[in-house]
Amino acid sequence: MLIFEHGREGRRAYAQAPRQEVELTDIPASYRRRTRALLPEVSELQVVRHYTRLSQKNFSIDTQPYPLGSCTMKYNPRACNTLAMLPEFLARHPYAPDRFGQGMLACLWELQEMLAAVTGMQGVSLAPMAGAQGELAGVAMIRAYHEARDAHERTEIIVPDAAHGTNPATAVMCGYQVREIATAADGDVDMAALKQALGPQTAGIMLTNPSTVGVFERRIEEIARLVHEVGGLLYYDGANLNAILGKVRPGDMGFDVIHLNLHKTFSTPHGGGGPGAGALGAGKRLYEFMPIPIVAREGAQYRWHTETDRPQSIGRLSTFGGNIGVLLRAYVYARLLGREGMPRVAEFATLNANYLMARLRAAGFQIAYPQRRASHEFIVSLKREAKELGVTAMDFAKRLLDYGFHAPTTYFPLLVAEALLIEPTETEAKEELDGFVAAMCRIRDEAREDVAFVKNAPYKLAVRRLDEVRAARDLNLSWKPGA
Amino acid sequence: MPFIPHTEQDIRDMLGAIGVAEIATLFDEIPASLHSSLPASVPSQVTEMEITRLLHGRASRDAQPMCFIGAGAYDHHIPAVVWELTTRGEFYSAYTPYQAEASQGTLQIAYEYQTMMVGLTGLDVSNASLYDGASALAEAVLMAVRGNRKSSARRVLMPTTVHPAYRRVTETIVRNQAIQLEAVDYEKRSGKLNRAALERWSGEDVTALVLQQPNFFGCLEEVDELVDWAHAHGALVIALVNPIALALLAPPGEWGQSGADIACGEGQPLGIPLSSGGPYFGFMVCKNAYVRQMPGRIVGRTVDIEGRPGYTLTLQPREQHIRRSKATSNICTNQGLMVTAATLYMSLLGAVGLERVAAACHANTRSLLDAVAGIEGVRPAFAGPCFHEAVLQLDAPAGQVLERMAGTGVLGGYDLSQSYPELGQAILVCATEKRTDEDTAAYARAMQKALRVARRA
Repeated sequence: MLIFEHGREGRRAYAQAPRQEVELTDIPASYRRRTRALLPEVSELQVVRHYTRLSQKNFSIDTQPYPLGSCTMKYNPRACNTLAMLPEFLARHPYAPDRFGQGMLACLWELQEMLAAVTGMQGVSLAPMAGAQGELAGVAMIRAYHEARDAHERTEIIVPDAAHGTNPATAVMCGYQVREIATAADGDVDMAALKQALGPQTAGIMLTNPSTVGVFERRIEEIARLVHEVGGLLYYDGANLNAILGKVRPGDMGFDVIHLNLHKTFSTPHGGGGPGAGALGAGKRLYEFMPIPIVAREGAQYRWHTETDRPQSIGRLSTFGGNIGVLLRAYVYARLLGREGMPRVAEFATLNANYLMARLRAAGFQIAYPQRRASHEFIVSLKREAKELGVTAMDFAKRLLDYGFHAPTTYFPLLVAEALLIEPTETEAKEELDGFVAAMCRIRDEAREDVAFVKNAPYKLAVRRLDEVRAARDLNLSWKPGA
Repeated sequence: MPFIPHTEQDIRDMLGAIGVAEIATLFDEIPASLHSSLPASVPSQVTEMEITRLLHGRASRDAQPMCFIGAGAYDHHIPAVVWELTTRGEFYSAYTPYQAEASQGTLQIAYEYQTMMVGLTGLDVSNASLYDGASALAEAVLMAVRGNRKSSARRVLMPTTVHPAYRRVTETIVRNQAIQLEAVDYEKRSGKLNRAALERWSGEDVTALVLQQPNFFGCLEEVDELVDWAHAHGALVIALVNPIALALLAPPGEWGQSGADIACGEGQPLGIPLSSGGPYFGFMVCKNAYVRQMPGRIVGRTVDIEGRPGYTLTLQPREQHIRRSKATSNICTNQGLMVTAATLYMSLLGAVGLERVAAACHANTRSLLDAVAGIEGVRPAFAGPCFHEAVLQLDAPAGQVLERMAGTGVLGGYDLSQSYPELGQAILVCATEKRTDEDTAAYARAMQKALRVARRA
């Protein structure tokens, strides 16, 4: 039932609207609305009950393990939320003078410093509002760098075929052509393909390391040397930083620019799909081009650096200063971890992934890169199950939901058939991982007995398997009264 | 170990199952030359008690004065229910709803939200939100360029009455796609878009016209005429609107003969705290004809295998994870949690409540203008109707006046002298429904005093 369907004409949540009724005499009727907008007419209790019940139809980290590869669904400490929502922080207007935000700015400045240290970058801008916006800014910086050198012949960005979809989409938004290169059989970049792709037309390369196939790119230093030799720059997609946090720095690998998904590695909530935050780090080549605003410390005072302070900046990405509330949560988390806790994140994320990989392999599941160490994630290929039993990765994913596990990432990366990309994260206990292995084995047994049973999963959720084809064919994107 | 549940026994058992002696071995594929440890500049770990003490201290330094600034972010009352429910773990810690069956809460909320935005704007289809108002405008510009197949100029008219930060953000985001953003001036008397300046583009290939209503100055544009002009010249219309104002003002879908084609804007007024500028959310709504050009997540209603209604992400072939380099945008997330808050806010207020909020804001801004009308050296910059925000011209340096007012606990407005030097010493003011008669009186006193001091200086 929709919130609209709880409504009755004339019903209201009376405590919420301003008391006075005002006649607007100074706005001519020609500018005015003629009919009221279609919005619910409900009581406050109806609102509370409806949305509390809806919340119970969600999986979430707070209720289920979420081994969603490439998404780093770790515990979101509650203190981060409580402290970021202190009333003074919430009440500040973005155009209030900096002196009314010194406490907030101190947190953001320290966050910039910590992230620069962790990534091995010269400086950090917290401006991007999401990972994809960090990417957009990073590639725009690469372009600004080349344009500042009149290198207009550099028209190509190289992207491995296993890359996140945002990488090629971003390169195109920045006016570049995308050149895809293959992944070698061992999961690393195909060096011959890379060498062939590099040339005077190369603006840069976008890489994730550890890569999306869940392994560390071992020849990264050579890749960096080759790209720099032809005058290109290296972009680091920080989606997988959790695997190496506090142990290996992208700056040391040779990257010129990096975005971090603070909603992954720094544990800010995903919120059912945002808001995220895509902090951006730059090395010396790209430092001047970082997006604004950036927090600067001058003596004991903090202030936003803007266009006048950073004339070579690629500019602004948001109306104001980015997703400040998210950044405060990341700051609290970074302080709770500290210097000691950050490398532990990488260690236990990697321990959990390798343990889960070893257990699933021992249980007879096919690992995509069995000769390699897992990073913080790894891929199981269900190609054999699909062929022999007729169950797909999607069927396993849906049935896992019945067993109380959020599904791993399915069918990504595209180069592995029937892929499940599995990332347990460091905050899951051993017994949850064991439970996941048991669930995978039981689903396989179920498929052997009755394949249709698995193919019709899930059974225990708010809805059964949904008809996505119909959703796209008979578009129904909003409710109409009487429908 | 904060947030790590492993016991010593767990670690031994797990290493045994993997077949290595220690955790360090798991990193042996990483070249030794790349291993490093964190510098001392990353502070040592603190406990929750210690970070609480630190943050409470910092927050207490950030006590906020009374706010009379609008300029794209508005200090509205937020019902207690909104964030009590929005921060429930089931909403707060859920992922993007790729597994629809396990995400019916988030998905149904997005569908309800889309319905509400369709109701407010009078257009056909809403997406499930974008990052913020300015980036939503940038995406709308890109969408209009894709959507207007009759135009090949990639030229978008961007009046200077559009929020200056929105224009800058749009520039940053579309810069590398060979799109011409052409400024259109405003009339100095009315603060409205200058029709003569627009006529200069008559007969040219124009891809889209952006119209902010009310515009950045709070002035009401002649949207009916302007939409008809744009459509007569083959241009699409992008409406940039304030969702609270839409409770009272004509919805974009009804502007002119055939309505605006795309509406977008900042969702913050719908229950999102000011928070120094974010996180907020951008909204985008369009006519049916352009749905396949729309960026971002869209939720559709469908049925499950038993015929029961359910909700799922749809039209995903537009998106980066499917289309890769041919996607409508690189955007991945929406601002799901903010949409949850906004949906709760709109449910609690309803159309009547939103109307009252809008009317109260407007009435309070009117009272503010009346209260300062008698002050020497203050005059309204523009004649003509405005909505819930207005420009005042001062006879002393605006920056100094605002600074002095801030010193007495009043944020007196947004200084326009940087972005609009031709207005002289001018400020943009706004009084939301939260401001009382006493607040307004305090404002007038603070301004009078600040002006006196500034004139003497």
